[in-house]
Amino acid sequence: MWSVPEAALTTQADTPAKVEVRDLSVHYGETKAVDGVNIDIPRNQVTALIGPSGCGKSTFLRCLNRMNDHIAGAQIRGRVVMDGEDVYGPDVDAVDLRRRVGMVFQKSNPFPKTIFENVAFGPRVHGLRDAVALREIVERSLRQSALWDEVSSSLEKSALELSGGQQQRLCIARALAVEPEVLLMDEPASALDPISTAKIEELIHELKNSYTIVIVTHNMQQAARVSDITAYFYLGKLIEYGPTARIFTSPTRQETEDYITGRFG
Amino acid sequence: MPQHTDKAYEEELAQLRSHVLEMGGLVEEQIAHAIRALTERDESLARETMQRDHTVNRLDVEIDELCIKLLALRQPAARDLRLITTALKITTDLERIGDLASHTAERALELSAELPIKPYIDLPQMADLARGMVHQSLDAFVKEDAELALSVCASDDPLDKLHAQLFRELLSFMVEDPTTISRAMRLLFVSKALERIGDHATNIAEMVIFMVRGRSIRHMDAVPRVL
Amino acid sequence: MITSEAHRASRRRTVRLFELAGLLATCVGLVVLAVLVVDVFGDGLPRLSWQFLTSYPSRKPEDAGILAALVGSLWLLVLTALVAFPIGVGAAIYLEEYSTQGRLQRVIEINIANLAGVPSIIYGLLGLELFVRIMRPITGGRSVLAGALTMALLVMPIVIIAAREALRAVADSQRQAAYALGATRWQVTSRVVVPAALPGILTGTILALSRAVGETAPLITMGALTYVAFLPDLSLAGLQSPFTVLPIQIFNWVSRPQPGFHVNAAAGIVVLLVVLLLMNATAIILRNRYQRRT
Repeated sequence: MWSVPEAALTTQADTPAKVEVRDLSVHYGETKAVDGVNIDIPRNQVTALIGPSGCGKSTFLRCLNRMNDHIAGAQIRGRVVMDGEDVYGPDVDAVDLRRRVGMVFQKSNPFPKTIFENVAFGPRVHGLRDAVALREIVERSLRQSALWDEVSSSLEKSALELSGGQQQRLCIARALAVEPEVLLMDEPASALDPISTAKIEELIHELKNSYTIVIVTHNMQQAARVSDITAYFYLGKLIEYGPTARIFTSPTRQETEDYITGRFG
Repeated sequence: MPQHTDKAYEEELAQLRSHVLEMGGLVEEQIAHAIRALTERDESLARETMQRDHTVNRLDVEIDELCIKLLALRQPAARDLRLITTALKITTDLERIGDLASHTAERALELSAELPIKPYIDLPQMADLARGMVHQSLDAFVKEDAELALSVCASDDPLDKLHAQLFRELLSFMVEDPTTISRAMRLLFVSKALERIGDHATNIAEMVIFMVRGRSIRHMDAVPRVL
Repeated sequence: MITSEAHRASRRRTVRLFELAGLLATCVGLVVLAVLVVDVFGDGLPRLSWQFLTSYPSRKPEDAGILAALVGSLWLLVLTALVAFPIGVGAAIYLEEYSTQGRLQRVIEINIANLAGVPSIIYGLLGLELFVRIMRPITGGRSVLAGALTMALLVMPIVIIAAREALRAVADSQRQAAYALGATRWQVTSRVVVPAALPGILTGTILALSRAVGETAPLITMGALTYVAFLPDLSLAGLQSPFTVLPIQIFNWVSRPQPGFHVNAAAGIVVLLVVLLLMNATAIILRNRYQRRT
């Protein structure tokens, strides 16, 4: 009909998505936690998953690196295609998948080992033994997560002596040490103070140049600040997803608008 | 549509709407009074109208402050965000309309000392049209009616045509009888002011369409017939 | 007004009452223990000497010593630990980390809990039949090896339970973090869970072993001697030699009529208590280190 200048609201057209999810459903016994979700996760962008508690966004996130395999009674149907290969296919090794798809958790969970050992853990379990290579990887990962300057002189200290925000950045470095392609973050800053949160958000902004990032967050303003694409989940269904700027100024679905404006009904 | 879970927020938005309507009603009245002061050569009404422009300006400032407070404290999104940004822009246009009405009253004051050069037919007609456009655009704002807003945009054409017609008429007056020049010039100014009030009403209507539909039709070459 | 002055006073009184009752209960226990310890130490401490620690038992009380029993106890302890620890911890790891929550799992759990409560003499009887008689070619009959195997069976349920608790205490978020990095189940268990649980596992094992140190009945049942005047060879062949332990030696001395032997028994009790104290101290030190790290 008539063209509207949407220059600020265009998506990255034409580059294939990093992960294509088709008809994904997850059942725990009788309960349907995720119901028929179809979504494309674009590469080198930040996709935020928002929605009320229990809407399935964390369960969905865990499908992307097959962490739901460890939950007894979880039945997963549908396809999660990364770079053309279904990660639930019979030839795919979940252990190797998790090297390519890393995860950072809501509450930081460093191992009760030294800072160095924490970051080196990932490469070690995948078979890397060379001490020089390990040191390089540890330094590189800590630099990438903006923690190197603060800990470079005390790598042999216990990771548990770091502050909350530092521990979370350590967990990010640990995840980056195995050189993943996708980084999943489950409410990474929800347990942190505003300054640490801002540092993590800045970090995410830097990291998206090299990684595809999917972040689950309860905090809508954080989704608005940090993401390129926002997806709204409700009761296991994906209601709507699109460019963040559009979702927050004029969403298509009434349910989406009700949620982000605070009309929970 | 469900209400905001936070009732205080809901009330603040309602307050914003009612302030905008208040300002709009005041401004419509200003237009009516200014034209009446002109046609009835009523000096005191003219002065009163000019004085009342201060109230219009005060309302503009109050609404601005309310909008900024809402933006800072509520982090509005989607339709709430569009409501608040629309309100900010509408009040700018309303304030300009108020100024134009006030200047019209000024010209009325100047003209009241002399005899009119012709009976006032076109100007009251233009004033009615302009007032109607303002009223309708604010109606569309409160009813969130995009179709109504669109019809305001369509009413701008007739107003422009009336202005062009009056311009030619006054021009011929001035050419025939140079003593009428100062009076004709003042009348021309009033006509221009009314035409611009129509333009501002159109702006308001366009913002209302953005608020309701989430898409902007501003600054397009041709006003669409259908949304 | 929600409370009145009378109410507040009555609440304060109740608090003080409970404080006093608790203090009394603690004191009773401590006082009784103190009396016993003081009595024993009073009798036994003077008898402690290098001679006492390095002599074999004898018909004359002043020549008798505790060497065989002490060495026997320690050696039995080590052997029991060597058997019970790997098997017990391995079973705990399997139950906790590998097996699924099926019916079999629950059956196993119930049975282990039951086994921990079985009277120790039953284990003695089992040991007698299984390790002394049936497995005589391997164990050599009533030997320290048979004794260690019997005690291992005795303490194993406790080791398993304690180890499972320690493994369970490792937060699941640690396992999740390791899995998310692409570790296999074995790597998660061996590199994250067990190292984190190790202090707890060791504490539990040491406490289980300290129970074993004090056991008398099962060892007598399966045939530990009461008069051993030699040291078993600390070699592979020595595993098959007969032995005795501190509690048995003490019991033996107490049953003799001469008062000199009663003094010896008291001294033996002192030595036994010292051994137990050292073991418990080690467990406590380990537990403190564990708490500091988490």
